[in-house]
Amino acid sequence: MIKVTIDDIEVEVEPGTSILNAARQIGGEVVPPAMCYYSKLPGTGGKCRTCLVEVAAGSTADPRPMPKLMASCSTTVMDGMIVKNKTSQRVHDNRGGVVEFLLINHPLDCPICDQAGECHLQDLGYEHGSAKTRYREERRTFDPIDIGNKIKLHMNRCILCYRCVHVANQLTDSRVHGVMHRGEHAEISTYIENAVDNDFSGNMIDVCPVGALTDKTFRFKSRVWFLKPMEAECSCTKCSGKAVVWMFGNEIYRVTARKDKYGEVEDIEDKTAWICNECRFDKKDPGAWNITGPRKIDRHSVISQGKYATKIDKGLNKIG
Amino acid sequence: MAGRKLLIENVHIPGIETFDVYRKNGGYASVEKALKKMTPDEVVEEVKKSGLRGRGGAGFPTGMKWSFLAKPEGVPRYLVCNADESEPGTFKDRYLMEKIPHLLIEGMITSSYALGANVSYIYIRGEFMYILHILEKAIAEARANGMLGKNIMGSGYDLDLVVAPGGGAYICGEETALLESLEGKRGNPRMKPPFPAVKGLWGCPTVVNNVETIAAVVPIVNNGGEEYAKIGIERSTGTKLISASGNLVRPGVYEIEMGVSVEEFIYGDDYCQGIANGKQLKACIPGGSSVPILPAHLVTKTAAGENRLMTYESLADGGFASGSMLGSGGFIVFDEDQCIVRNTYTFARFYAHESCGQCSPCREGTGWMEKVLHRLENGHGTMEDITLLEEINKKIEGNTICPLGDAAAWPVAAAIRHFREEFEWHVTHPSEAQTRNYGLIQPRVEEIKAL
Repeated sequence: MIKVTIDDIEVEVEPGTSILNAARQIGGEVVPPAMCYYSKLPGTGGKCRTCLVEVAAGSTADPRPMPKLMASCSTTVMDGMIVKNKTSQRVHDNRGGVVEFLLINHPLDCPICDQAGECHLQDLGYEHGSAKTRYREERRTFDPIDIGNKIKLHMNRCILCYRCVHVANQLTDSRVHGVMHRGEHAEISTYIENAVDNDFSGNMIDVCPVGALTDKTFRFKSRVWFLKPMEAECSCTKCSGKAVVWMFGNEIYRVTARKDKYGEVEDIEDKTAWICNECRFDKKDPGAWNITGPRKIDRHSVISQGKYATKIDKGLNKIG
Repeated sequence: MAGRKLLIENVHIPGIETFDVYRKNGGYASVEKALKKMTPDEVVEEVKKSGLRGRGGAGFPTGMKWSFLAKPEGVPRYLVCNADESEPGTFKDRYLMEKIPHLLIEGMITSSYALGANVSYIYIRGEFMYILHILEKAIAEARANGMLGKNIMGSGYDLDLVVAPGGGAYICGEETALLESLEGKRGNPRMKPPFPAVKGLWGCPTVVNNVETIAAVVPIVNNGGEEYAKIGIERSTGTKLISASGNLVRPGVYEIEMGVSVEEFIYGDDYCQGIANGKQLKACIPGGSSVPILPAHLVTKTAAGENRLMTYESLADGGFASGSMLGSGGFIVFDEDQCIVRNTYTFARFYAHESCGQCSPCREGTGWMEKVLHRLENGHGTMEDITLLEEINKKIEGNTICPLGDAAAWPVAAAIRHFREEFEWHVTHPSEAQTRNYGLIQPRVEEIKAL
């Protein structure tokens, strides 16, 4: 076990752990936000740059600070490393910069976006964004396209975290879902009409941190905070059958996988509980599910109502 | 008089691109010497002694890079030559490969032997397709003469050399993006560590070197590392190819001894012979588009008043405040009529176009800078835009996966640092900014458009 100090809190972790995962072992405010890293998908991370942290001392053996901010999701800890996240002004400033970059071309169409209320970019905007934009140019736009008959891709909202690409590579059989073009013009693609036809393709919706990939069976049906999330099980042969059903009265509006406080699909019996497309898109009859109890939503999201009252007030003061 | 030439001395001999002529003029001597008389470690030792530094831009000591190469049992090692030369203002590798292709092949054989690689690659940018044919022809000749293939010159050493063209992307000049592209994937830079020396091409230990670096191994092995190290000053040893362009009397590719003064290089009779059309020097970018621009008073003298020399150290003297970098040796000179804002916009447009789009600061930031600079250049900018540019720079710099973000941010930051009044003039004189360059009284005549 090796010792690492993050924001003056010491923690012992296994060798080879990333700074981000070490911070998650501490939990709370110390954890840097992560838009692209997804612990259940090997190979993700390093792209969004929101998890940048300052390494004030590399290790006991070499205590020099690292000159650049490091992506905490892809930097492994060393014994005696001292990391600053919340306590570093430099991290705060640069994270603000990254959020500004992520938002300049984002349409900010939260009022009509299905992801609103459980969107990581919204959370990030509350925490690190500014009330006004300095971007005067026209935002880049794409036409929404269908990925198969159940998933809609709104490329305008995409932050190119590559998580869905990794889902397509790792969960589904063939590589049909990549990235085309480069720079500002890069876009998630399925080679246009080539539908991702696989039993687990729906998990792209769950891993998407923003509203770029949405469930066509749920589009524009309801705001997520009007729904009651309930833990439910079914006897599915393809997947674990353990999911969350989002209910309004006695109706099931949508089905998602069980996600933890970092928005990642939970492990059930040591296996990531991805759910299959049949459970997600077709089982909307409450009779098909054994509802076991309410699901606690742990994330600091609008779904946990009232949580943001003070922050929103602060935001308004900033505008005034 | 002009200094010694180690790389391109024989370039003007007719037929030097053929094996026979090249061999007659002392070619492949380094292969003979290395394979017959030296162990691989001795070759590495010579390169270390020579003090050769990577000629692709970063200037990392080559010998040290080679000695970092992991050597696990039973795992192949690779040498990859980076011929994805696409930095605006740099065209030395193209010249070398086009005129004297066997020099690169000779360097590849000697270097591969030193590193213990049995398959080596030359990754060449797609736009250089005609050079690919030149290289393939040269490789076929070398193979026919027993310089490639099994049991080279009876030494028991086997080597295959493959030329692989890319799709033509600047980002694939970054070594890990190059490896991704070579593996047939999208050319996105990888997260580091692990470095290519440990996990490179197909997960195996790999060294990636620039064309000129590999070519420089030939004279080092022929004459010995110590002899090579005698040329140059301090830690900048040997000769360097400089691609001089811009408003010069005699632009072109020059091989210089490290340590020639910048003044002599611009005005000297053996070199560029001064600024064209009797104009004055206004600014200079000494190392390719991604290094900071220098205003005239800092080109030939450092901030401390010393002569500025063509070395890694002297050009970087003064840090970012008053210095620049040798980079890849793309020496771009501007005369008094040129508009720095327009030039900065051109560069910003290049970087916005070439950003791979993988990480957010570079993807969004380069595009944003391009748009703001477009506005400024066309007389629609405000004073806040200049400050905004500086802030975007700071938020990109150092926060990206690969150095492209830095390369995009530095030229803009330096242009504002040294030529702020020019940016302000574009804001205060919006209509004039559209018809003439800063400093010119006459409207500019022709509209220059990038291809």
